[in-house]
Amino acid sequence: MKILTANRLVDGEAVWLAADNSWVENIQLAERASDAETEARLDAAGKAALANNEVVDVNLIDVALVDGAIRPNRLREQIRANGPTTHLQFGKAARFGANAA
Amino acid sequence: MYRYDEFDQSFVNNRVAEFSDQVQRRLAGEISEDAFKPLRLMNGVYLQLHAYMLRVAIPYGTLSSKQLRMLAHVARTYDKGYGHFTTRQNIQFNWPALADMPAILRDLATVEMHAIQTSGNCIRNVTADHFAGAAADEVADPRPYAEILRQWSSVHPEFSFLPRKFKIAVTGSTRDRAAIQVHDIGLHLKKNEAGELGFAVYVGGGQGRTPIIAKKIRDFLPEKDLLSYITAVMRVYNLHGRRDNKYKARIKILVHETGTEELTRQVEAEFDALRDTELKLPESDIRAIETYFAPPELVARPEGEAILKQSQLDSRDFAAWLNQNVITHHNPDYAAVTISLKGIGEIPGDATDAQMDAVADIVERYAFDELRVSHEQNLILPHVARADLKAVFDALVEIGLATANSNLISDIIACPGLDYCALANARSIPVAQDVSRRFASLERQREIGELKLKISGCINACGHHHVGHIGILGVEKKGAELYQITLGGSGDEHTSIGEIIGRGFAPEDVTDAVETIVDTYLGLRTDPSERFLDAYRRVGSAPFKEALYGADAKAA
Ligand code: HEM
Ligand code: SF4
Repeated sequence: MKILTANRLVDGEAVWLAADNSWVENIQLAERASDAETEARLDAAGKAALANNEVVDVNLIDVALVDGAIRPNRLREQIRANGPTTHLQFGKAARFGANAA
Repeated sequence: MYRYDEFDQSFVNNRVAEFSDQVQRRLAGEISEDAFKPLRLMNGVYLQLHAYMLRVAIPYGTLSSKQLRMLAHVARTYDKGYGHFTTRQNIQFNWPALADMPAILRDLATVEMHAIQTSGNCIRNVTADHFAGAAADEVADPRPYAEILRQWSSVHPEFSFLPRKFKIAVTGSTRDRAAIQVHDIGLHLKKNEAGELGFAVYVGGGQGRTPIIAKKIRDFLPEKDLLSYITAVMRVYNLHGRRDNKYKARIKILVHETGTEELTRQVEAEFDALRDTELKLPESDIRAIETYFAPPELVARPEGEAILKQSQLDSRDFAAWLNQNVITHHNPDYAAVTISLKGIGEIPGDATDAQMDAVADIVERYAFDELRVSHEQNLILPHVARADLKAVFDALVEIGLATANSNLISDIIACPGLDYCALANARSIPVAQDVSRRFASLERQREIGELKLKISGCINACGHHHVGHIGILGVEKKGAELYQITLGGSGDEHTSIGEIIGRGFAPEDVTDAVETIVDTYLGLRTDPSERFLDAYRRVGSAPFKEALYGADAKAA
């Protein structure tokens, strides 16, 4: 399963693409792609958003569902979703709960 | 301190205006990311995992109280209330918005600060011994030369697009506190028999994926020839350095592939053509720059001895701090102080805005308005009257910065690692915190003695792990963090690259491994005066392998 992630141009905030084609700060709201067709659509949406200067550093990443929650496979992406493990107060985990890692 | 002249100030102001315009156009969608990225990097703006990062230059690590207060202001206003002091004597802010960069750089410019040449394939911020101008063992202050190099290298048209980044470090003592042998160029300021100042020149050191110790290519370069000789080195590198492969583009690879003798010959030939040009430094210019770095007027404060005697009797904590974090100054009534940014369990190199403001007060009141950032990620008060040390200590206690652990095992260098850095393979900071907590007892740390532990979150080696007495390198293996340990590295005048001791350790096992190494050392040292590094050099890796891996040590 894949989701699309990027960093928002204006402030660098880690964001994910939601089903309504908006970029959200909470990974749990990301649209999940389980087939090649959806993946291709996400990929195209990412390229368009990059070209449109909304986001930078766009990537399709591998995730799994764990107890109904999206969990990226790579630690790097888990940390992007939650914020630095050393400054929990500043990360997304403080805002949304530690639901990704 | 060096003060900007009109040229410097207008140069920095113009750059702020130029970059502000570029940011505005980027935000308006008029510049693509591909076009903008090199522009932002030229101004110290990186993209990390959670946000942009701004790296601010602190030339040769020297700051005034006013500048430190400005850094606190930036942390408070545009960031999340803290900054991270780095091994390159700079500071990084982890959260600023791109939209705020123009305002931040404008604010910094009002106190003669900027982010130019903190990134990119140019000559980076020149670093120097953090005890420069204060250390009792110093021949002369290396910072005037660092400043000359800074002025010469700033947006130098010929050297702005080198094959790769280029780092120069200068020390003015035989005891090398600037790790000059792991820099692209290392300069050791010294005197010849005639009493004239000049440099031993080292070239081609570096860390990263191919750690190499620099080669000495000149034993004595007269100070007047500094720029001609460095230009000669740069020209040889710019011409012959590899541009086909980023990992082979540093000058260390050129030196290695060309051979020291041939490279020296090329540099000397180039130097012959340059030595009598306008690059030759007039004596008067050197002395003029030097006046900016003249030590403050250190009035006699002989009452210090009595005060210190009594204060040590009154407070064991103070006595321990005095012993560990205070070094001898060339003036007997004064001392140089290390403010540890390595509180037990804290993040190495981090300081909050409130701490920066409070340190600025101390700097202003007791330290002649001068502060240094050390490459070991601590802050230094270079000149404090011994009579004022207790007052300084008390003020540091109040802000939690009085940990008496300079050069001990919890005085750890750690890069940002996977908590922030987009290039990381593993986290560094939590490993540092865990080791620090395990060895929390300062008594135990003192018993262990000098031990430099350094951690990097990937092979780029920003955390200097190759030259740690104990080095820890984070790697990714099958999607999980794994830590490789190296032993026997050192970044001083006897530089050595640490040796990988065996297979890596899972995050939950790495602190145990460090403890095993320490216990092994304690068991085999001849006496407490034999430091970890000396013991390792005497016995080699075998006893440590045995202790870590037991019977299968050979297989490891
Ligand atoms: C966004 C964060 C950072 C990035 C992208 C980054 C990138 C790199 C890279 C790519 C190298 C390897 C260069 C080479 O081998 O040619 C390197 C080396 C190095 N970096 Fe960093 N770094 C970052 C943060 C830091 C920090 C926080 C420090 C100081 C604590 C630092 C200090 C160094 C040092 C000392 C080296 C090794 C010396 C050398 O260049 O050989 N870097 N860095
Ligand atoms: S060593 Fe690697 S992980 Fe650490 S700061 Fe440098 S590039 Fe990032």
